[in-house]
Amino acid sequence: MNPILAAVGGTIVLAILAIAFGLILSGIDRRVVARMQARVGPPLLQPFTDVRKLLAKQNIIPANAIPWLFNLMPIVALASAITILLYLPFGSFAPVLGEFGDVILVLYLLIIPSLALVIGGFASGSPYATVGAQREMVSMIAYELPLAIAVIAIAWRLMAAGVAEPFLMLTLMQTPVWDVVGPLGILALLILLVMMAWVTPGELSKIPFDSPEAETELAGGILVEYSGRNLGLFTLSQAVKMVAMSAFGIILLLPWNLSPFLGLTGAAAGVADLVFFLLKMLFVVIVSVTVVRTMMARFRITQVVGLYWLVLGGLGALAIILMMADAFLLGVI
Amino acid sequence: MKLTTSLNRSLWVFHFNSGSCNGCDIEIVATLTPRYDPERFGVKLVGSPRHADVLLVTGPVTNQMADRLRRVYAQMPGPKVVMVVGTCGQSGGVFSTSYNLAGPIDQIIPVDVYVPGCAPRPEAIIQGVVTAIAKLERIEGGAKQ
Repeated sequence: MNPILAAVGGTIVLAILAIAFGLILSGIDRRVVARMQARVGPPLLQPFTDVRKLLAKQNIIPANAIPWLFNLMPIVALASAITILLYLPFGSFAPVLGEFGDVILVLYLLIIPSLALVIGGFASGSPYATVGAQREMVSMIAYELPLAIAVIAIAWRLMAAGVAEPFLMLTLMQTPVWDVVGPLGILALLILLVMMAWVTPGELSKIPFDSPEAETELAGGILVEYSGRNLGLFTLSQAVKMVAMSAFGIILLLPWNLSPFLGLTGAAAGVADLVFFLLKMLFVVIVSVTVVRTMMARFRITQVVGLYWLVLGGLGALAIILMMADAFLLGVI
Repeated sequence: MKLTTSLNRSLWVFHFNSGSCNGCDIEIVATLTPRYDPERFGVKLVGSPRHADVLLVTGPVTNQMADRLRRVYAQMPGPKVVMVVGTCGQSGGVFSTSYNLAGPIDQIIPVDVYVPGCAPRPEAIIQGVVTAIAKLERIEGGAKQ
């Protein structure tokens, strides 16, 4: 089969599945939040209804916006969010473009949807959106540090253990780092798990890290001027990003497949692994997004930076030191 | 603007206070509590008129607020519904003889649904939302707006 055709086909299928699963995930998220607040909550498919409505509504471009940037950015956000998925393995399915990029590329690609939001916010010419865009930039700078520390600590430990190509996503998925390390390394990985659990809501701009959107003080912040189709596209890109970010966290820290434990092979193994992967994604979203956003109020932007740089950055430094001590004690470096 | 069936299952509400005594606004907040849970029907309070489908207006419009009300209405993307909550918005209510009144809301912007009461109970506000949904369905059915 032609590799280019396979990549294009894979992209289209992946995009449709990711949008559908992302919207279902946000539907489950809203439903679980409602149940935790002793409400009934919206139907599971409510996000689909919302997006369909937004796509049918009037699309207003404000008088003092920059029209081409304002209209381009929702498309860039959705396209780049889908691009991330091309580099991520799902269960035992290898990534569509796995051989062309590694975990460092995914780190960069994760920035682009947020960057598109920032540019779109600045291009809409509203003071609320400008303040929101500045906050989004600050929180991007903040959560990158713990995320990069987690990635580097894991990839370095795999490299020290002599695993070939430790930065490839497929290697991270196939070689669970938990099986490689000793007791100190397990401690370091538990710390990294806590860090990733805090980075995920920050990356997705959910409460308590939603100061760029801040419904109550900035009236929707970055998205304040967006309506109709553009807002719908941003909603879709947020849903896809939720899929991408939870999958990324799973590949880094919870990478086990189900089929080796059940002794499955062939197509049954692929389906079992995929279902198990989707369940793990649901688990990650509920633990690190839904529960956290029900329990907490919004952080001020200074508190966001303080948490990510001082608390999680310090924990990350500790995790790296533990990781090095672990490699040293096992005598692999 | 074409109407879809998705619209009346996903009404996003923007709340605008045009000089109300805050009584109706408290009842609106009461409507959004877990006891009534309008999110069951996709109803959600949003912070920006650009995201809204329903403009929920309370209060008799004061002279200062008249222009703001017109502008907020113009900022909303169509198709849109305007809902007036409280007697003030319909007649001026207890403020009807005030010197500082630009008139009831329907003299400033077109109104679709009135919810009378001073202040209306949450049940009445929900009844108003149901009326708005019924109106949207009538428009979908081809009736004139």
